[in-house]
Amino acid sequence: MTERPLSPHITVYRMYRYTLLTSLLNRATGLVLSAGLILLVYWLVAIASGPAAYRGAHELLSRGVLKAVYGILLAAFSYHLFAGIRHLIWDTGHGLERAQSKRSAALVAIASILLFAGLAWWALHSGAHAP
Amino acid sequence: MTMRSPLARVLGHGSAKEGVHHWWVQRLTSVALVPLTVWFVVSVLSLPSLDHATVSAWVGQLWTAVFLILFVLTAAWHSQLGVQVVVEDYVHGSGMKTLALSLVTFFHVVVAVAGVLAVLKVALGGAP
Repeated sequence: MTERPLSPHITVYRMYRYTLLTSLLNRATGLVLSAGLILLVYWLVAIASGPAAYRGAHELLSRGVLKAVYGILLAAFSYHLFAGIRHLIWDTGHGLERAQSKRSAALVAIASILLFAGLAWWALHSGAHAP
Repeated sequence: MTMRSPLARVLGHGSAKEGVHHWWVQRLTSVALVPLTVWFVVSVLSLPSLDHATVSAWVGQLWTAVFLILFVLTAAWHSQLGVQVVVEDYVHGSGMKTLALSLVTFFHVVVAVAGVLAVLKVALGGAP
């Protein structure tokens, strides 16, 4: 298996191409959100385990490190949401021309940055979640 | 005993209609997750407090429980399909690949069952 010739792959791609970057980011943010599922279920199980157990979990979930994690999760959500909608529009056969795809990539970038900024601002300013 | 070759027996029958299943469910769950994730993020950020009384009262509301269960199941399903493709692309060697794919499936089933059961326990009043 190791001795056989490989066709050129990773090294031949121009890494700065927006097509590669947007696709890679969609996968990466998806994986981040999958990991976030663990936190979600941990939180739900803690709620179901009663006030005493919840207090410990709440303390753990309120740590500074995890606040950075929530920021990353919100950013990943913001990107994966719009990138996913872009994929769904592609699946209908629309927006596949090069110019349209370039424009939608820019739109996804702008929309996800705006959504992330809005959600982060909300999370930091709502009383329950302020760090 | 048939004289037909195995190839002749399957030729012309068309596909087993399974090839598109993964692709289709990934799309279906992604469409469902657009409103579900937005609802979840907005709801959690709108909670006045994150103490136990507040969050368990929230989870205990009928429609919250319904949407939370749908969210956990759909997210776990979508995640399983997505991580599966990443494993198929990047984990090599049939033994490692099979092991990784099995672990990914088990992990997502545990996440889905634990999440749903936790919500049901709170919603049905079983939580202490």
